[in-house]
Amino acid sequence: MDLTLQSMAQMAQSIIDGDKDAALRLARDVLSGGGDPQTAVEEGFIPGIQKVGALWESGDYFLPELLASAEAMKAAMSVLRPALAAGRAAALSQGKVVLGTVEGDIHDIGKNLVAALLSANGFEVIDLGADVTIERFIVAAEESGADIIGLSALLTTTMLGQRRLIDELNRRGLRAKYAVLVGGAPVTQKWADEIGADGYGENALAAVRAAKTLAGRR
Amino acid sequence: MIAAIRPKVELLSPALIERVIGEALRILEREGVLFENAEARSLFSAAGAIVDEAHSRVRVGRQLVEESLSKTPASVTLYDRMGETSYVVGGDEVHFDPGSAGTRVVDHRTNRERPPVTDDLVTFARLTDALPNFHFQSTGLVSSDVPPVIGDSYRVYIALLHSAKPIVTGTFRVEGFGPMRDMLAAVRGGPEELRRKPLAIFDACPSPPLKWSHLTSQSLIDCARAGIPSELISMGMTGASSPATIAGTLVQHVVENLAGLVLCQLAAPGAPVIFGGSPSSFDMRKGTTPMGAVETMMIDMAYAQIGKSLRLPTHAYMALSDAKTADAQAGYETGIGAVLAALAGVNVVSGPGMLNYESSVSFEKLVIDDEICGMAYRLLDGIAGREIPLAEHLFHDFKPDTQFLTLPHTRTWYRLEHRHSPLPDRDTYDAWVAAGGKTIADRASERARDILETRAARTPEANLAHELRRVILEDARRCGVDSLPV
Repeated sequence: MDLTLQSMAQMAQSIIDGDKDAALRLARDVLSGGGDPQTAVEEGFIPGIQKVGALWESGDYFLPELLASAEAMKAAMSVLRPALAAGRAAALSQGKVVLGTVEGDIHDIGKNLVAALLSANGFEVIDLGADVTIERFIVAAEESGADIIGLSALLTTTMLGQRRLIDELNRRGLRAKYAVLVGGAPVTQKWADEIGADGYGENALAAVRAAKTLAGRR
Repeated sequence: MIAAIRPKVELLSPALIERVIGEALRILEREGVLFENAEARSLFSAAGAIVDEAHSRVRVGRQLVEESLSKTPASVTLYDRMGETSYVVGGDEVHFDPGSAGTRVVDHRTNRERPPVTDDLVTFARLTDALPNFHFQSTGLVSSDVPPVIGDSYRVYIALLHSAKPIVTGTFRVEGFGPMRDMLAAVRGGPEELRRKPLAIFDACPSPPLKWSHLTSQSLIDCARAGIPSELISMGMTGASSPATIAGTLVQHVVENLAGLVLCQLAAPGAPVIFGGSPSSFDMRKGTTPMGAVETMMIDMAYAQIGKSLRLPTHAYMALSDAKTADAQAGYETGIGAVLAALAGVNVVSGPGMLNYESSVSFEKLVIDDEICGMAYRLLDGIAGREIPLAEHLFHDFKPDTQFLTLPHTRTWYRLEHRHSPLPDRDTYDAWVAAGGKTIADRASERARDILETRAARTPEANLAHELRRVILEDARRCGVDSLPV
């Protein structure tokens, strides 16, 4: 089946509406109908998420719309990415991020925002949740071949976990393999510099900018 | 004399209060709340609550909640370090205290935030001690020049050394409770004396939605057993970690706070508990938690009203701002918050001095906010018919040149009826220009300097100071910390 302009407009609209079910259905229809997944992604879904970005920039969209669109995009990509030619999939990905809130800290709203915004911006996100041990971060990064490890902490006590992870990466000789991105309420650029992190995001949007910079360097 | 009525504002109808509490009780019973702390779960289990160990979930029936509420004192009385001045936390009493646990301080020289050091904690305690409209002090700054591991107990140490006011504080680690309690007990001369005359309130925050962490549950248990009042600080963020509607967030607030309250009563029946919170309207653009938003204040006022309907002492994080410096936004957000908190009869109002979503302290703002709190207290005093007749007699045989400045009536009443404060600008324009055209922040900065230079700190006597030092040094050693700044 050739993808019609109308079906591609629907794909874009499903992302703009943050309609995850529609996005999933449209993505599956592409595969079951023999359509070209690359065309669907590049001319259907991506224009949708670009429009969402524009609506955000213009102040029409707020976080709930942004997150719903990010979820819809993630759903569509989960169907289509495996069908893309390997080189194409890699080119579409900004990079892989292993993300979590550090051990002893169960606050995950900020981290969830970062995860959603990273996904919406083309990163593949492996979200480990909250209260994540250093070992789990490292194992997940090693297994997934991540580019970036993102560590969130809300408390002055738990932010020490960010330093411990970096120390542990150094100890295991893995430090050069990953860019480390830190964030959370008590975290500052000074702290990031002090512990030798590669990037710092004062808020979720700043974290995405930092991740893009880090991904660009790799 | 015709007595004043106490001005009061209520936001919720009785029907809405009943609905919020009803839904909260059903959620507690059917969905339950997560308690990470095993001891907490075993206390619930022993009391007949349904405990799902595999998911750390505790379901609490209405009867247990009601029994726990009936055991909770309707008021708590705090005493200052000397054990002399008492403060009733309950009824419609209002006590302002600075906000707590700031990790930044606004440096008055650069007007930019930096990490606080011990000197800043000392300044903060001394200013709070001197400013008359703060009834309590708070451990409002976390010192960056001591290792974070003893950040909680060290704050209490500095607070006890430099101010005699009761303290609003809290633990950052399970092990922090012991040394903090030991210092408070040392002030009183023993744990039983501390139980009789509480000196501090410990904040404990559930993690929204519907979760009490290991640390905060332990704080509730430890405080209950020591007779230290716990302040339950539920903090939903509308549309992010709690329902988007204010009424919906109130339901979650009540579930979380009641779950904490039941735990306190299970740990020690009759334990003092304060129905508090730090919820906020969530900013859907910036992903931040504006404490100065009017909706945040409305949530605060509303849960306080619910707390009062349950005959509990109440607390809120109000009278603070999200501005980054002591500017006009800081003033209006703090001013509106302080007045609304007072009118809502919130018993403990934490927030003055704070900026930037409860994360930063400005000493200038602290001084300005003291003035705001003074205005709020005056408002609460209301308008009385101070003497009868009110004024008829003053107009007896009045003449065209009658004026009031020289009347005995004026000298009798003007000081009682009107506040006099040198802080706000009440000059004529020319006088203001001639005096340097200073802003409120300039004058506040001068007042702060004046207090620090001229007012002797209320320090504890040598034996007590020595004992406090022994406790903090022992805690430091246990944590592997070799030396402390002071």
